[in-house]
Amino acid sequence: MEPFRQHRGTVAPLLRENIDTDQIIPKQHLKSIERTGFGAHLFSGWRFHGDGTLQRDFVLNQEHYRSASILVAGRNFGCGSSREHAAWALSEFGFRAIIAPSYADIFRTNAGNNGLLLIEMEEPLVRRIAEQAQTKPPYKLTIDLETQTIADDCGLSESFAVEAFRRHRLLHGLDEIGMTLLHEADISRFEECRHTFLQRGT
Amino acid sequence: MEKSKTLFEKVWDSHTVMQREGEPTLLYIDLHLVHEVTSPQAFAGLRLARREVRRPDLTFATIDHNIPTTSDERFQIKDQIAAQQIATLRRNCESAGIPLFDVGSGRQGIVHVIGPELGLTQPGMTVVCGDSHTSTHGALGALAFGIGTSEVEHVLATQCVSQTKPRSMRLTVSGNLPNGTSSKDLVLDIIRRLGTDGGTGYVIEYAGEAVRSLTMEERMTLCNMSIECGARAGMVAPDQATFAYLFGRPYAPSGNAWTEAVNRWQQLATDESAQFDREVSIDGSHLQPIVTWGTNPGMAAPISGRVARPDEARDASESAAILAALEYMGLQPGMRIEDISLDRVFIGSCTNGRLEDLRAAAKVLRGHKIHPSITVLVVPGAESVKHEAEREGLDRVFIEAGAEWREPGCSMCLGMNPDILAPKQRCASTSNRNFEGRQGREGRTHLVSPATAAAAAVAGHFVDVRGWHYKE
Repeated sequence: MEPFRQHRGTVAPLLRENIDTDQIIPKQHLKSIERTGFGAHLFSGWRFHGDGTLQRDFVLNQEHYRSASILVAGRNFGCGSSREHAAWALSEFGFRAIIAPSYADIFRTNAGNNGLLLIEMEEPLVRRIAEQAQTKPPYKLTIDLETQTIADDCGLSESFAVEAFRRHRLLHGLDEIGMTLLHEADISRFEECRHTFLQRGT
Repeated sequence: MEKSKTLFEKVWDSHTVMQREGEPTLLYIDLHLVHEVTSPQAFAGLRLARREVRRPDLTFATIDHNIPTTSDERFQIKDQIAAQQIATLRRNCESAGIPLFDVGSGRQGIVHVIGPELGLTQPGMTVVCGDSHTSTHGALGALAFGIGTSEVEHVLATQCVSQTKPRSMRLTVSGNLPNGTSSKDLVLDIIRRLGTDGGTGYVIEYAGEAVRSLTMEERMTLCNMSIECGARAGMVAPDQATFAYLFGRPYAPSGNAWTEAVNRWQQLATDESAQFDREVSIDGSHLQPIVTWGTNPGMAAPISGRVARPDEARDASESAAILAALEYMGLQPGMRIEDISLDRVFIGSCTNGRLEDLRAAAKVLRGHKIHPSITVLVVPGAESVKHEAEREGLDRVFIEAGAEWREPGCSMCLGMNPDILAPKQRCASTSNRNFEGRQGREGRTHLVSPATAAAAAVAGHFVDVRGWHYKE
């Protein structure tokens, strides 16, 4: 996993509530056995017409936002299906961080496992950032995970909260399986004493 | 004396392998269910890191998401990428020694239908699967939740997940659900009240008179959609109905082990003085059949009600969301739910693809003909469900009414197989999500109960099934 320390990038505003993972990566693009190839289909229902041509007015198709790496969205981002393909698609498209008032639980974990930083901020602030991105593109933010702050070039500077263990993993790009396997002995000990009523099937 | 605990806390605590201050809990997993769409990258990751599947004996696989539902195509899949996902699952299961309930085995089906059917899911267990509707298994008193593919890989390698402890919510439903309503209506009503993120960060325990009197399959429908209000999981305390349901199932314990198991399971219920982080109460006795009109499961109204109007919204962002949903759905603000006419009906899915669901739909359809402008797809949730439904003659009822009787799978719930809506087609669906494009690009989905779906199929538009004319 790529570590996340500091990032400066362009902000794209997509201020809808309840953006579900079916929108982030529609099901027809889940038919793959690879972890890559999803970026091209990110938000494909919104980015493309039925015939495959570009929806020119969709934010990510507009000149200023094509190389955006920070997405600003409405509350409950990433709700619905557990598909990690949503996090893969966002990362592959170039997003390193998302700013929203809240996130769905499974998406939060999936993002963390892919080095995608989720920043939670109060709704009015999210709205303000989205407005800046909308009216003054390219609007750039600098995100510093070490100091837990975001800043723009016009004096905005806000701190954000992130759970210590998530921050630690992101800063160092740590593989969770490797971390868990350090506790192999604890798992084995637990296994020796556990109860199960699972019968061998007939 | 030991601290009093909730059902959720009992299961959580008894599966805690390790807990360090300020870190997530390392939680042991009793049952890991695997399917073809969210697992290939996890197996590939294991191979890349030269890791092995730790407990193939606690891992079970089936094929459900992308399998075609016509009898000829399910063995000869035309979609090459879907076929590749299935072939990959077969290969992965074989090399890791994971039991696979394959197509035609008699046990294949939607992962959340077969887990309970086979007796794999049991009270007090921890259950995970790379699918958000894993919450279904909570109906048996298990702690069951959906995980992403990286976590699937983590469970394959370690048989554990790393989880921050969720908060607990008790949702008590008093009274008895009126005739003509079902647990699908109840859960849609709950989501409508709590909102699509009202349960975020919580495990919900469903309790109260109305919940206790639900059958096991009805409890599964209720727990299934917990994720649609954002909850991590839904649970119902195991009781006599749970034990009666499990008895004699293939993977359930038998003999002395059964007695020992029931004794342990009886200890799981929430202690009387246990505290929840949040308590919510709902009166179930005035429940009406519920129909969604929008593009998330919380956008719903009772059958006697109307589609929302943007000017009724509590703030600007809700107003914008209503407007966008109505535009996508092709509906007029404030129109009557009963005035919405349909093109398609889908009966099936992990929410409502079980035998009782098929019975409820067949009871409505018996002796009636489906409206000429509507096509109806009935997809049993598992091969066992299909077999049993045919034994009862339900397939004849559907076919005689004019419906298509298909082979088991997820089918039109998410349209990863050939069963999809054409653009702008409108569908009454017993599934769980009405998101934009979920059932097909520009498709319009209304979530309802099996009885409401069946009644709409006959009428051509939504009708109140409480006044239905049943024929023998």
